[in-house]
Amino acid sequence: MRFLPFILRNALRSKRRTVLTILSIVVSLFLFCTLRTVITSLDASLRMTDTTRLVVRRSTSLTFFMPLSYKDRLAQIPGVEAVSWSDWFGGVYIDERHFFPQFAVDPKGYIPMYPEYDIEPPGAPDTFQRERTACIVGEKLAKRYGFRVGQQITLKGQIFPGTWDFTVRGIAHSHSPDLDTNFMLINWDYLNQRTGNLGVVGVYVVKISDPSRAGEIAKTIDATFANSPAETKTETEKAFQLGFITMLGNIQTVIVAIGTVIVIAIILVSMNTMMMAARERTREIAILKALGFTNRAVLGLVLAESLLISLAGGVLGTGLARTVFSLTDFNAGGFFSSFIVTWGTVARAIAIAAFLGLVSGVVPAWNAARLKVVDALRHAG
Amino acid sequence: MRPASAPPPVVRLDGVTKVYRRDTIRIPVLERLDLELAAGEFLALMGPSGSGKSTILNLISGIDTPTDGRVIVAGIDLATLSPSELARFRSRHVGFIFQSYNLIPVLTAYQNVELPLLLTDLGRRGRREHVLAALDIVGLADRMDHFPRQLSGGQEQRVAIARAIVSDPTLLVADEPTGDLDAESAKDVLNLLRRLHVEFGKAIVMVTHDPHAAERADRTLHLEKGILVEQTVRPGGSR
Repeated sequence: MRFLPFILRNALRSKRRTVLTILSIVVSLFLFCTLRTVITSLDASLRMTDTTRLVVRRSTSLTFFMPLSYKDRLAQIPGVEAVSWSDWFGGVYIDERHFFPQFAVDPKGYIPMYPEYDIEPPGAPDTFQRERTACIVGEKLAKRYGFRVGQQITLKGQIFPGTWDFTVRGIAHSHSPDLDTNFMLINWDYLNQRTGNLGVVGVYVVKISDPSRAGEIAKTIDATFANSPAETKTETEKAFQLGFITMLGNIQTVIVAIGTVIVIAIILVSMNTMMMAARERTREIAILKALGFTNRAVLGLVLAESLLISLAGGVLGTGLARTVFSLTDFNAGGFFSSFIVTWGTVARAIAIAAFLGLVSGVVPAWNAARLKVVDALRHAG
Repeated sequence: MRPASAPPPVVRLDGVTKVYRRDTIRIPVLERLDLELAAGEFLALMGPSGSGKSTILNLISGIDTPTDGRVIVAGIDLATLSPSELARFRSRHVGFIFQSYNLIPVLTAYQNVELPLLLTDLGRRGRREHVLAALDIVGLADRMDHFPRQLSGGQEQRVAIARAIVSDPTLLVADEPTGDLDAESAKDVLNLLRRLHVEFGKAIVMVTHDPHAAERADRTLHLEKGILVEQTVRPGGSR
């Protein structure tokens, strides 16, 4: 601790250079936190999936519908406890920039299928069943647009043309920040009625009693509708979510590769800075050694300075990432249910900063420690 | 021969030879040099460039090693010390005064003087007392918060002297301490060195080209090509 003022003074000797070095570390660790949070957010959304729910969709594509009549046949399959359904509504609120997911859902069975959400006020699920134009909005969405119970929301239909007016009757609160609340649920009966009782369903959600039988039940479901005009593909909720994620390609590999390149680039920048700083101070290092500083003490001073600069960048970069994403409630336009820089990510980023500081400081520190006082005083002076 | 009752010398060089090598070229700097510095003695080393004056300072302060012979300072044979022990030896026994002051530019006068004390067990309060005492001796206690760039050359050298004496070393080594100073500042610095010698009994070895500076010492040794060619003894030195 007694050397700290000296280390600080040295670190701030060339303020512009130190600030720029710290900034480069801030930017890189901000990027690292962002990239890693993409992975942790996707992982979190997968973790929140329920093992007792299966998702049934058309085998050809999600964009094709299944008949409503499937619900009764699904309910008869052994192991199935309950069946509900939803359609992607795809309406536009204000304009295309204000995107959020809207689902037309079975007003009776859908909400009980998701006990991880609480709907407020009490009685809202009943109102949702009774009132055709009722809607339920997630907490984040309500917060984003200031939606309150009783407020009217108008959507412009794209898949289902026309102007659609809804009244907010409930707000959905999740039990975990990793659960998405950036959505709107509308009454499927209303959609069906206005579209001429087509009776089409995008996705069935099937509740099963025994998660260990998920594979077997899924096979049975798909076999039931095999060779029909609307064959199905049934998978666990997790596999269904994973399907969306894999549509992005091997995102984890790409992110790790980018993260590694960033860290290596910053190590090189930082190492160059530290070497320049140490080289400029050759004579001073010699003076310190002449005064009685041991090789180890000199090594420690140079390393500590490098570590200090890196950690300053690390703390600022991770702090910035955590604060920015938290304050702005960032979710990439609804792509992520939550985008929280976890403490695990913060710890990793700080560890990287420490590693970066040590690696970039080790060469100049080693050179400083090995410096021969006589040679340094003779040549540098 | 020294009388049996006389205190041991602070510095003793026994047949010291120093040869530098540049590629295959052998450059002898000191040839079988014998030298003693008594406790509390003020010695000046004079001679042309390359005569080996600074090499003697480097050897007795343990920042260089002889090619042959022994260097004994404060009763310690420096050849027996490891690099870490040599560093500790310097912090305890040697105070450096350089021609170009060599203060750390980002530290204040106070912090520069405090540097050697950071290697001791002294706490903050103890260090402060020592630093203020040293700055007081050199007459710069009122400039302790000034950075080197805010001081004149003479003041910088006095801060460097305060840094050299702050840990109360056995020996002060000064390599042309007035070389970069104007006449008036040089006089102040020499007066200060003389005072440290007389009042505080410091043993001093000073390398100089300036005969007036050398006159302040008790004894002056003249070197040429690594060999002592002349000795001037001036007990009490000039004031």
